[in-house]
Amino acid sequence: MSHIDLRYTSHLARLGFKPEELKVFGPQVDKILHFVEQLNKVDVEGVEPTSHPLPLANVFREDKIAPSIEMEEFLQHCPSRHGSFFKVPKIIEEKS
Amino acid sequence: MDLAQKTVFELSELLQKGSCAPEDVLRSVAEAIRTKDGAVHAYVDFDPERYLKRWKKMPKTSSRLWGIPFAVKDNLCVRGEEITCASKILKNFISPYHATVIEKLEEKGAIVFGRTNMDEFAFGSSCETSCYGPTRNPWDLERVPGGSSGGSAAAVANDTAVFALGTDTGGSVRQPASFCGVTGIKPTYSRVSRYGLIAFASSLDQIGPLTKDVRDMALVLEAAAGHDPRDSTSADVPVPRYSDFLGRDVKGMKIGIPKEYFQKGLHGLHGDVEEAILKAVKVLEGLGISVEEVSLPLTHYAINVYYIVAPSEASSNLARFDGVRFGRRSEVPSGMLDMYERTRGEGFGAEAKRRIILGTFSLSSGYYDAYYLKAMKVRTKIMQDFNAAFQKVDALITPTSPTAAFKLGEKMNDPLEMYLSDIYTISANLAAIPALSVPCGFSNEGLPIGLQFLGKHFDEAALLNLAYAFEQSTDFHRRTP
Amino acid sequence: MKGDASPEFLTTIGLEVHAQLSTRTKIFCGCEVRFGSPPNTLVCPVCLGLPGVLPVLNREVFLLGLRAVLAFGGAPSKLIKFDRKNYYYPDLPKGYQISQYDAPLGRGGFVEIETSGGPKRIRLNRIHLEEDAGKLIHDAAADSSLVDLNRAGVPLIEMVSEPDLESPDDAHAYLSTLKSVLKTIGVSLCDMEKGHLRCDANVSVRRAGDAVLGKKVEVKNMNSFKAVKAALQYEIGRQTEALGKGEGLYQETRLWDEAKGMTFLMRSKEEAHDYRYFPEPDLVPFFVTQEQIEAERRRIPELPRQKAARFASAYGLSAYDANLLTQDEEPAEFFETCAKIYPDYKGLANWMTGPVSAYLNEKAVSLSQTRLCPETLVGLLQLVKEGSLSLQAAREKVFPEVVGDGRDPKEVMEKKGLLQVSDEAALDEWVAEAIRSNSKVVNDFKSGKETAAMFLVGQVMRKSGGKANPGKVQELVRKRLLETAGPA
Repeated sequence: MSHIDLRYTSHLARLGFKPEELKVFGPQVDKILHFVEQLNKVDVEGVEPTSHPLPLANVFREDKIAPSIEMEEFLQHCPSRHGSFFKVPKIIEEKS
Repeated sequence: MDLAQKTVFELSELLQKGSCAPEDVLRSVAEAIRTKDGAVHAYVDFDPERYLKRWKKMPKTSSRLWGIPFAVKDNLCVRGEEITCASKILKNFISPYHATVIEKLEEKGAIVFGRTNMDEFAFGSSCETSCYGPTRNPWDLERVPGGSSGGSAAAVANDTAVFALGTDTGGSVRQPASFCGVTGIKPTYSRVSRYGLIAFASSLDQIGPLTKDVRDMALVLEAAAGHDPRDSTSADVPVPRYSDFLGRDVKGMKIGIPKEYFQKGLHGLHGDVEEAILKAVKVLEGLGISVEEVSLPLTHYAINVYYIVAPSEASSNLARFDGVRFGRRSEVPSGMLDMYERTRGEGFGAEAKRRIILGTFSLSSGYYDAYYLKAMKVRTKIMQDFNAAFQKVDALITPTSPTAAFKLGEKMNDPLEMYLSDIYTISANLAAIPALSVPCGFSNEGLPIGLQFLGKHFDEAALLNLAYAFEQSTDFHRRTP
Repeated sequence: MKGDASPEFLTTIGLEVHAQLSTRTKIFCGCEVRFGSPPNTLVCPVCLGLPGVLPVLNREVFLLGLRAVLAFGGAPSKLIKFDRKNYYYPDLPKGYQISQYDAPLGRGGFVEIETSGGPKRIRLNRIHLEEDAGKLIHDAAADSSLVDLNRAGVPLIEMVSEPDLESPDDAHAYLSTLKSVLKTIGVSLCDMEKGHLRCDANVSVRRAGDAVLGKKVEVKNMNSFKAVKAALQYEIGRQTEALGKGEGLYQETRLWDEAKGMTFLMRSKEEAHDYRYFPEPDLVPFFVTQEQIEAERRRIPELPRQKAARFASAYGLSAYDANLLTQDEEPAEFFETCAKIYPDYKGLANWMTGPVSAYLNEKAVSLSQTRLCPETLVGLLQLVKEGSLSLQAAREKVFPEVVGDGRDPKEVMEKKGLLQVSDEAALDEWVAEAIRSNSKVVNDFKSGKETAAMFLVGQVMRKSGGKANPGKVQELVRKRLLETAGPA
């Protein structure tokens, strides 16, 4: 039975947790994982995974320009802006 | 009788004849919301006057939907409106575009009239994980309306909506329809465009209406369904006029009952529910339909598969809620990583976090093959089960839910227990087949019970006709709380 | 110390090149692809990654990608699907990039490059389609970075080579060849300034004789071919030095710092490569048809290498000149038009790879942006060939006006009084006079001082005001001197 590494997984998912939340979450998630692991009993030898629920294929759009949206209206509601840019905390140069 | 209490079909007769005007219907619904929604809390948007003001007279069409107001689950995009998926993280998100389904209904002259409550991001079966607080079941205010489209089901049941749109990823239209005694459908995957539906699990999600009866369902679905060039997964298959199929003879049709669903004690199937279903079988047999036992051997594993596939897709679909471009961002983050972790940590509720964690884990390095890939293989086998069953019968019937509506808080501390209550609805999403829930009786406590019809891909017409025949022989759909 | 590996060490390089496809619109939505637009103006709900939107593949992206696969001799996959590559970065709107993981557009194929040791085939592992991310601006605002999503969703092909490159020069040749092919087949404009072509490298060094490859170091942030070469040279030097000292090397990602001329370790996180790929459920699978393959094959013109081979054999050019002339379509076509009316192909090639190319480089323009046309260039060459114009005057005085202002070479020559005197009678008079008035020099010549003749040539050139044809003058001076000298 797997035991989830919550620290690693929550970092991958960029999810902040309070320590007390983690205490509740660990056992809950482990229990759910234990449940889904019943799938190990199913023999899937030679079975293709479902890649799409229905056999649709080759759906394209043509290379035609469609109008963009009225950005000013959208930017009005965005969390933080600088002119027409979205603003985020400074990204530190990724060098050590 | 108030206009708000009437069906789409009844209202359209009045509207087309000019016996009443769309404004009259809107005012009647607005009044119903004002007086009756306080206790139920089906709506997250308590301002019907605003919708009335915003509404513009539209040229009359001959559509049955002209002038009919409808409620929209809070995960479908309506241009110029705040859409939140009942989550704090989406507060302030004003959609700059319409979902295709909204466009299609508006084209016919139907009118968006309020947003309804749901489980946060549609994660749940009780409508209790909403950031706006729970919706209550109009039949018993101590009980849940089901979920995740609980607000939509409760509004239709409470006559505060003529019809409503919901979304169904694992039973989120059908289970609340069953709990609230209304009609709900999960169409064939790809039948209704998903463009503008805020994705939970892309390979399972479908938009489905909730209506007061099967005839309304046919009218709404034939307007909502159809190919959409903006959704690559939308089927380019013509949409029949479902309402024309209603009333056709059902004699000689074959219905299967999956024996695995009725095994004693399986996932807590209640005696009341089982009894109601067996009575429904008698009604169907009385119509000249033959009912036989079939087998879906992999049924047991549907929930296991679902709780890998759905959270995996959700973990990726919910990555865009990062506080960069829209919605809520945590206050004064100290840096980019902190902004992500706090925005998402504070913005998502507990169930959303659980599913994001589960899904992220299932896809992560070293676990993908054992979890996601394995689940997708078992999914293939579950589809094969259904294909085999549909070789023998035209449709299947099952209970929609193993129980009638449960009490608020009853399952909140045990997520797994909550998941298990989706046993009858989940496989239709995995197999991409259409499934419809109609009222088929009441529990000892007087709560509605739902009967689920499952059909072949794109065979909504047959399902609707079967359900219509059943409905015409019963009166459960006419009862109100 | 920084440079190529010494012979006791072997270098292995693989390149991952991203090329922007030349489509009108983005890969999954109808937003226009245009460089240099104001921030966040070429965006829509789809490329902004708003809740509820869905991608639909641009057909042209698929076809251009297919054309690239075919042009490099790769095999289109039977089933083509897209996958999500999940990671967080503010320039990535959806929190995942739609890319291709295990069913790419095509596999295999190769790029043939010219090296000092002769031609060499660099195998391609795969070519796949993916969407570009937006742009981050770090220095425009204090304490914050800014996000512009105009580039988000621009279509790219990623071309991954096998580790067949053995030196920075190989890498440079590979990139040049890739670029000229992509341009020729109309798949990408390959404008480096606009970031149409970007490259990451994997480089490892090992001791000669070691069968196992060294630790693979990924180098990023190289913005030009020159930077790729410099970064590789640095990195090979660094790794060689470390091995020489017996230090360990690590599999890691390093960033090239152009200003400092060094690579730096990128902060490595343990999950750096846990992208949680899974099949993109919002897109359907794609199957390439035989008709599409044939149609795209027909759209592939003669490729630069084929053209170079033909130039070498049809025009008798050196492999070097033939390669230079065929890197880009424009000069190649120009050469061929000229060659039809001017049969001295070698001379023509010298002009094209010499003065013409130098002019284009200096002005940073392409041929079509100049006023030069095949007729005027050939006219100029003919003036030189018939002796009316000296080579030097042609290059320095006439060519600039022909190429810059589109003037007729003969007119320029006449206006500037550059017509050479090649007439023997006229020249003979000047030669005779020079011999007459320089008897000392003539004696020097007689006593065997060969250089004395050159003095006389100079006298004649001066007398003619520089208009005498120097070749002819030389010839005449020698002839007359020998006559004057008579038998000793």
